Amino acid sequence: MPAAIVTADLVKSYGRVRALDGLDLEVATGEVHGFLGPNGAGKTTAIRVLLGLLRADSGRVELLGGDPWSDAVALHRRLAYVPGDVELWPNLTGGEAIDLFARLRGGLDRARVRDLCERFHLDPTKKGRTYSKGNRQKVALISALASDVELLILDEPTAGLDPLMEAVFQECIREDRAAGRTVLLSSHILAQVEVLADRISIIRKGRIVESGTLEEMRHLTRTTIIAETASSPAGLADLAGVHHVEARDGRVHLQVDARHLDGTVRHLAGLGVRSLVAHPPTLEELLLRHYGDEITPDGDAPAAGPGGT
Amino acid sequence: MTAVAKRPAPAAAAKERAGTLTGTGTMIRFVLRRDRVRLPVWVLSISGFLVGMTSTLPDLYPTAADRQLRADLMANPAGRALTGPGYGLEDYTFGAMIAHEMLGFTAVFVALMGIFLVARHTRAEEELGRAELLRAGPLGVHALLVAALVVVGGATLLVGALVAVGLASLGIETVDWGGSLLFGAALASVGLVFVAGAALTAQVSEHARTASGLAGAALAAVFTLRAAGDLGDGTLSWLSPIGWAQATRAYVDGRWWPLLLSLGLAVGLAAGALALNGRRDLAAGLVRPRPGPAEGGRLLGSAAGLAVRLHRASLVWWAVGLALFGATYGFFVGEAERFIEESPVIEDIFVVEGAAVIDGFLGMILSLLAMTCAIQAAIAVQRLRSEEVAGRAEPVLATPVSRAVWAASHLGVGVAGSALLLVVAALSFGVSAAVALEDAGVVARVVSAVLGYLPAVWVVAALALAVFGVAPQATAWVWALPAHAALIQSFGGLVGAPRWAYWPSPFHHLPLLPAEPFALLPVLLVTGAAAALAAAGFAALARRDIQSGA
Repeated sequence: MPAAIVTADLVKSYGRVRALDGLDLEVATGEVHGFLGPNGAGKTTAIRVLLGLLRADSGRVELLGGDPWSDAVALHRRLAYVPGDVELWPNLTGGEAIDLFARLRGGLDRARVRDLCERFHLDPTKKGRTYSKGNRQKVALISALASDVELLILDEPTAGLDPLMEAVFQECIREDRAAGRTVLLSSHILAQVEVLADRISIIRKGRIVESGTLEEMRHLTRTTIIAETASSPAGLADLAGVHHVEARDGRVHLQVDARHLDGTVRHLAGLGVRSLVAHPPTLEELLLRHYGDEITPDGDAPAAGPGGT
Repeated sequence: MTAVAKRPAPAAAAKERAGTLTGTGTMIRFVLRRDRVRLPVWVLSISGFLVGMTSTLPDLYPTAADRQLRADLMANPAGRALTGPGYGLEDYTFGAMIAHEMLGFTAVFVALMGIFLVARHTRAEEELGRAELLRAGPLGVHALLVAALVVVGGATLLVGALVAVGLASLGIETVDWGGSLLFGAALASVGLVFVAGAALTAQVSEHARTASGLAGAALAAVFTLRAAGDLGDGTLSWLSPIGWAQATRAYVDGRWWPLLLSLGLAVGLAAGALALNGRRDLAAGLVRPRPGPAEGGRLLGSAAGLAVRLHRASLVWWAVGLALFGATYGFFVGEAERFIEESPVIEDIFVVEGAAVIDGFLGMILSLLAMTCAIQAAIAVQRLRSEEVAGRAEPVLATPVSRAVWAASHLGVGVAGSALLLVVAALSFGVSAAVALEDAGVVARVVSAVLGYLPAVWVVAALALAVFGVAPQATAWVWALPAHAALIQSFGGLVGAPRWAYWPSPFHHLPLLPAEPFALLPVLLVTGAAAALAAAGFAALARRDIQSGA
């Protein structure tokens, strides 16, 4: 099956700022694709190019087999979009906005809208100006999820939602994936992407720096080990593939490259292991590795995410 | 506690426990800091406009006979409805002239200043959630409201003071210090009533727009009461703060006591506002917001329907305003002929060579109506830009709505809406002119003539689209074209403007119907210019980026 989204060497500049600097993104049909990166990395710019709202300076972009700039109208019949910052008309109610977007996309499934309003606890009779950020997002989400489309493009869709609504959102995305829809999910909520995404692309300064399944990425990266040993752990830092060795509270924290795991564990065994915790890298750690020069961990090892769930 | 020393309104303050005003001084400085540009702009533009207009009067009406002519024009019912009770019309000095023609009109702007600024510093702060942040600190429950009352009330008094000093300093005969002080005080008294009134309406609704809307409706009611009163025996005017201000008879046989009525009302309204403010929850209103429809109606199914829905309310208000505007001018038509022929200065503005004086006047008014409708058309097309910047265009353009269809929807409302408004305005103008002239044929002549101005309106709408496509940041300035057209047509002859100064106005290139004969060529050329501008706008929009949140 052809990919739903392919970009190659995509460049978009605003004056001297290169928002996209050779972006290579590929989203396979039928997958939930996590699009991760810090603010200002180019996620929203990339999405706006995919929607034909911005024209790329150079590079190739293909969406559902068409050109998002020249075939915008035809392609938009097949997708639904939720912006990161949903703005509504102050004097239209949420229900009116939901119906408007759904009808513009070419169809309104009244029963599905009603069902989604219930699940997301949205009162559709309130005027746009009275909604909180989270409720405005629900309006855009409900309208998108109620549409019969092939592709959902979601730009940080749950930034204003509470954890309960987050769970409803995840449930809806799983249903959509089961129904064969493709989802591009831009986020910096790592737990959400870890839970939902089949594949992940990490964007930094307008480029994709890492792409693959979470498993593949973990394979490429370091395992975190926290150990309490009988004899002094001095010398660990000199081993090949061992990084960030730190002794704290009588324990040693370190990170090991996957291919040097064996040797490191053998060395630890020789020191007399009293307790040992090892976990695969969380997305926080993956990101910290790529953005380490921008985000300085505050001395602690990055908090372990709900990895594995 | 130092804060207890400040008492806003005796009735309400007597019951307050110490502490409800804590932090008022800080909030006053905060309001002044936030509006350090806005306040001077309001105060100086109102007082400067009034004093500036007054300074031109001696040149416009050099002799007592000129002024008396003007008094006669003002003495008719339409004149009274627009201006006021008309004290001193029998001996129309410059003082009597400004008290009669400018006090009521300027008072409306002082009241608007009070309404907008009070709503901005009270309800808007609560609606946006910023008041919550402030009130979480050691701030008394009334601090924000009292600070707004003190600052905006102070600005109102400052307008009155500047106007009094400015007018008296002009050195125009009969515009003396005593009269000017009374004039300034009367002006400020209307402002104070609406400062306090807006503080009260800010308690009613959860939304700042509703708060200022309610106060604005009260202002319209107060102006209408005064107009109705001055048309009749004057009884109704005594129900209106604007009527009280005019009842001071500044510059005629001035008296101060009517201002006590305004002062009493202002204190009562402020006390009511404080009482309600002390009783309700933060961010809550007295009136709970009504729920709207849960489902979109038939209009909300296409880009065009959305555009109609977004512009509908504003079109209705424009239609009401233009109908009133047209009807008012219609009543003047009867007097206009004599007035124009007797005043050489005015004659320069209205008379078209080779046409009846009355047709010249009709043409001038019709083209002014068309220019006003052109401003509406520009505003409708400018909505494209505000939708784009606010980020509301993006989700619409992410549906199967092309940019061309989206832009055409707002352009269409601008073009069709302004045509509708123009016909409404011309009909209302024609009907009242027909009554004034006792000639039913005027209606058809006026309505058919006004259609001849439509191509110039299209140019303005199309220019707005072209600017939106090519240089979107400049979109907000398009109204300058119809504004220039109105100014150059009204005053160009008076100040002897050179020919090229007329050229940018699309109205200048069309025949001044019905005074000049219809000509097809200019109509086609101006229509062609509109089409070219629109085409340029569509083409540029198709090529550029959509600038959400720019």
